[in-house]
Order: sequence, then C-alpha cells, then structure tokens
Amino acid sequence: MTQMTFARAINAGLRKSLEDDSKVVLLGEDIGTLGGVFRVTDGLQKDFGKHRVVDTPLAESAIVGTAVGLAYRGYRPVVEIQFDGFIYPAFDQIVSQVAKLHYRTRGAVKMPITIRVPFGGGIGSPEHHSESPEAYFTHTSGLRVVTVSNPQDAYTVIQQAIACDDPVLYFEPKRRYHDKGDVDEAAGLQSADPMGKARVLTDGTDVTLVAYGPLVKTALDAASAAADEGISIQVIDLRSLAPVDYDTVVASVRRTGRLVVTHEAGQSGGLGAEVAASITERCFYHLEAAPVRVTGFDIPYPYSKLEMHHLPGLDRILDGVDRALGRPNSLSGLEG
Amino acid sequence: MSTDETGQDGAEAPGGTGETQGPAPSGDAGRALVQLVAPAGERVSHPEFDLWVKDITDEQLCSLYEDMTVIRRIDVEATALQRQGELALWPPLLGQEAAQIGSGRSLRSDDFVFSSYRENGVAYCRGVDLTDLLRVWRGNASGGWDPYAINMATPQIIIGAQTLHATGYAMGIQNDGADSVAVTYFGDGATSEGDVNEAMVFAASFQAPVVFFCTNNHWAISEPVRLQSHIQLADRAAGFGIPSLRVDGNDVLAVMAATRVALDRARRGGGPTFIEAVTYRMGPHTTADDPTRYRDANELEDWAAKDPISRVAALLERKGLLTPELEEQVGNTADAVAREMRKGCTGMPDPEPMDVFKHVYSTPNSWLDRQQDHYARYLASFGDPEGAVSDEGAR
Repeated sequence: MTQMTFARAINAGLRKSLEDDSKVVLLGEDIGTLGGVFRVTDGLQKDFGKHRVVDTPLAESAIVGTAVGLAYRGYRPVVEIQFDGFIYPAFDQIVSQVAKLHYRTRGAVKMPITIRVPFGGGIGSPEHHSESPEAYFTHTSGLRVVTVSNPQDAYTVIQQAIACDDPVLYFEPKRRYHDKGDVDEAAGLQSADPMGKARVLTDGTDVTLVAYGPLVKTALDAASAAADEGISIQVIDLRSLAPVDYDTVVASVRRTGRLVVTHEAGQSGGLGAEVAASITERCFYHLEAAPVRVTGFDIPYPYSKLEMHHLPGLDRILDGVDRALGRPNSLSGLEG
Repeated sequence: MSTDETGQDGAEAPGGTGETQGPAPSGDAGRALVQLVAPAGERVSHPEFDLWVKDITDEQLCSLYEDMTVIRRIDVEATALQRQGELALWPPLLGQEAAQIGSGRSLRSDDFVFSSYRENGVAYCRGVDLTDLLRVWRGNASGGWDPYAINMATPQIIIGAQTLHATGYAMGIQNDGADSVAVTYFGDGATSEGDVNEAMVFAASFQAPVVFFCTNNHWAISEPVRLQSHIQLADRAAGFGIPSLRVDGNDVLAVMAATRVALDRARRGGGPTFIEAVTYRMGPHTTADDPTRYRDANELEDWAAKDPISRVAALLERKGLLTPELEEQVGNTADAVAREMRKGCTGMPDPEPMDVFKHVYSTPNSWLDRQQDHYARYLASFGDPEGAVSDEGAR
C-alpha cells in the first residue's frame, strides 16, 4: 500500500497502462511538458516520449477525432479534455463517431478510447471550469461512463477503462485531486471490482443514499452525521453511470425502502432522474416514500461566490434524507 | 455572372445584387488548373506533371476508361434501383468519375481511405463487394462493409468528420514507422467545417502522412462554392502550411498525377498535401434532391461539354485505341457489374428484428441486455415475431 493523492493515483494508473500496452497513447492539451494543468500526466512524456504522450494543438474536436483515427489503426488512445466545460467542441466526434462506429461497422472497428474529463465544482473557478456534463453522455448509446471517488478506484478504473474495448468517459472529481488515500499498486485488475459495478460503502438500514464522484465523500460525511441521530444510511458509490449497476441499488432499496440520490449536475433529465425512475419501476412495492433527488439547480454553473449554494452539501443531503424518512424537513407541509 | 475557368463559379454573395461582394476569387493568374488532357481529348504537355504519368501504358489508359464507364453504370443502376423502390436513397457521382478513378487507382492497398458518402467510385477501386456498396442505401446497415477488408472506412455522413479520422490514422502510421498514407475525401462545402480546418492544423503540426482530397463539385446541396469561400479552395491550405495542388478534376490523368505527387510526398515523410479537384456534380445531391430549383441549366450544359468519360474516350480515339472491340468489352463489363449489383441488392436478406441491438457495445451492457431481453419477450408474446411489427413500427 502506498499513500498517494487522487491525481497521483491516476498518474500511476496511466503509467501502468503505458508500460503494459505499447498501443496506449495519450493525447491532450498541456499534458506533455507541463504534465497537465492538474499535473495528472506529470512525467509521462519524459518517460514514454512525445509519440506516446502527445501535446496537441488546441482543438477538442480534433483531439477526439484523431483519437478515432488512431483507434482505427489499432491504438488505444487516452484523451484528456482539460476541463469539463471544454468538451462541447468535441461533442459531435464523441456522440456521432466514437459512440457509433462499432455499431456502424457491425463490430468490425473497435473504439477503445478513454476520454478523461476533470469535472465538477468546488474549486472557485470561473465559468466553464466546474461543470457536470455526464448526463449528455449517459444518454448516448455506445458509450460507457464512469467516475471515481477515491485514489484506489482512480488507479484501478483508469486501467480498466483503457483496457475496455468500448469507449469510456472517465470523469475525475477535480476537487478531490489532492485528497490522499491508500493505493495498492500491486493489486491486479482481475481481483478488482469490475468497472461497471456499484459499491456499497456503509451498511445502513433506514435510507439508501446514492452518490458518485465528488459527492461520495459528502455522502459518507452525511451518513456519519446521521448516525449520531440514530439514522442508518446505506451509502452506495455508483462508480459506473452508464450503465448503472441497478442490481446493487435495487438490493439496497428493497431493504431500506427509501432512496436519496445526489449529484452536482442540474436536476432535470439528470442521473438522479434516471436512478429514481428505474428504482421506482423495479422496487415500487418496497418503497416507503417517493425517491428524493438532492442535486445542483437547473442553472448555468454559478460564479464561485455562490457555488456552495448550488452544490449539494452535507446539510442539504441530510434535509433530503429527512424528506425520505418523513421527518420534519425544509419542505414539510408543501404539497407535491 | 458566368462560370469562370477558375472553377469558382459566379454565384452571388448572400444578399448580393449580382455585384461581387468582398474580395474577388483569384483567377487564373493565381493558380492555373493542372491539366494533362484537354476537353477535346488532346494530350497537353506539362513540364512538371507529365513525369508522374509517363508509366501509364495504353492498356492502363483503356482500363481507366473502363473503370470510369463502370462506375457511371453503377451510378445509373443504383439511381434506377432507388426509383424502383429498392433503395431508400442514393448519392450520385455523375460527373466526378475522373476525380474518383484517377485518385482511387493511384492508391496502394495498404493506404487507408476515409471518405464521404459520394465516393462510391473510390470504393469500387478499393474492391468493395457490390452488394456491400448498397447496404446503407437499402437501409440494411449503417455501414456496408468491413473497413479493414478493403482499407476504406464506411461512408461518413457528418460533413468533414472523416478528415480528422484520416489525420489520426496517419499519426498512427507515423508511430508505426510505415510508409502507407491516409487519404481523405471531402467536398467543397466541407472546407467550411471546423473539423476539416482542425484536421489541417493537426496534419501540418505533426506532418502526418495524409492527403486531403477535396472534390470541388461546385455544389453543397443547393449552396454554391462561392458561398463557402471567396478564394480558391486550394489556396486555403497555404494558411495551414500545407502545400496544395489544383487540378482539373475531369481529367483522369491530371488527377492521377496530382494524387501520386501527394502520396509520394507523404510516403517520404514530407507530410500532408491538399488537392483540390475541380469538377462538377452533374446530378442531384441525392435522389431526394431537385437541382432545378437552384441552378441554371446552362451551367450543366457547360460542364457536360467537359465530361470526364468523353474526354478519355476522345484521347483514346486520337491514339487509335477506341476500337469497337474495346467499346463492346467495356459495355459488357459495365452491364455485367450492374446486373451483379442489382442481383445483390434485390437478393439482400432483411435484417432480423433482434439485430437492432447488435454491436452497440463490444462488451456486455446491463442496460441494453435488459431492454433486449424485454423486447424479445414482447416479440415472443405474439407467437410470430414477424407479425409483431408493422411498417409503422412495433405495435
């Protein structure tokens, strides 16, 4: 076990993939000499060369589009989109090409492309640096979408994403980059949880609290605070957003009868809606209360002085837990 | 305004009154078209480009004539199949035979083509199965063939997106230390797309072995090339630091020479080249289009006089090669190809209902697996799965 930061763990995972497979190449802006604006690719160009860790011109569509060509040629490109809000110029290449080429070619052409996206807020940045665009991609068939919440997963899942023959969007919770944790670099991918598997983090009986990425830590803090009041929360780290491992969530909700989902992204049409709908379909007769969503608002990501109002924090999550439990809460007495 | 010889036709600028707005297109003084065969079939000597086709034998010339005739026949047959309800849609290449055969026949089998949807003649050169050529247009598949079987990606419908794929593929060739080339085909309209411009930035930056083959057929559906650019398209390449060639796209030898120059440069590590092949889309954009709504019949007549197949035929005639035997043989080949293609088209089995779920992912996916399972149960609930679906969709 080694103590390392989240960012360092991704770096170690990338390094392992570069070592293990000569077809792995990294593409992105500032990822070479600088080592990435978050230093996630620090030292990799020096050790693997300019042809494997490629500083590209500033054009996101081209970064993803050339990755498609490299994949055609048998490579496993790993693309870095510098910030969440910069991914939209590449949207067409991701949605119309990366996601659909396997289908279009009836399986002849594989697109083992990993698209790394630092996402989420909480770092006091200006516009376009704090977004949570995951639902655009979970809505797109042909893509797999994952996110990680701790250094060990960061290290393991990046390698699983790169090894996966399908394209994977790998969302990195940027406000957790400097959090430290134990990472077992010797553990192989075989013994690790599969990339698509959700993970139950706490053994609770009263409420199922589903979170992913940056809010997993907040959810755990909320569960710990709730425990002081005698409320037992089962926290689930979704890990995979497309597909969602509903079997794990269903098993939990059948026990607790109550569901709270939280994410930073805006509410309407988001992951929370998808989870709430699917769980209602599958667990209707086990539910004791309507599923509750605690999410960002349907607003452009706000300027940083106000971002803590937008981001679900511990107290808002606990307020949602109270709603699910029918305890007094901020919306008590409100119909609908 | 009339069509000038620069290939930059005189369509009015938006809101224009016939007066040219903005800078005028550079004329012949800017860049003459590379031409090796004049419209009347006369071989025109060129100090630089003769060299690149001097190995072409009489036999090969006849073969180019045959290829061009065959793909025109394919085009006519496919258009007929569409009119007869056998194809949903077809994008004709009528008029662009020299551009496609001249370039397509210059490639090596280990080169890789990323094209738009109109390069059916190039696909023919790559050895595409004739039935595969029609799968997309019959609605039987989203892509007709295995790209690795003929080293050509399936038709790209998003305008210009494929130029990035070619550039990335070329970066891969470079990494592999190979001397093959990625060749991307796109139209005049595509030169306005961000992807095409970004592809040229990347190709230049990495000196990737890619050929940008721009088929300037003058029309992007109803929009004239003048709306896309006020300078010759080939001149755009200079801004990226990419050398360019501007070639008579109705002259099969000139196209071949230009393509060979570009391929040779790429193979020797000289990086990308932009070729503007100036030709004309004599037919509609697709079988769903009606060009009489937006273009002048006179323009079509002007270009008919520069027909690429008539031009090779005239050249062959001058050389005494256009014998009745050759004409008969070429005609027979074209008819045989058309027959085979029609047979492949009408004999194509319909896809199975559950094929709709195939190949979305290459690894198991719990969301889709569940939907697939549910739909299979739904179909099975009718007893006869075929009976569950009408033309309007599932009941």
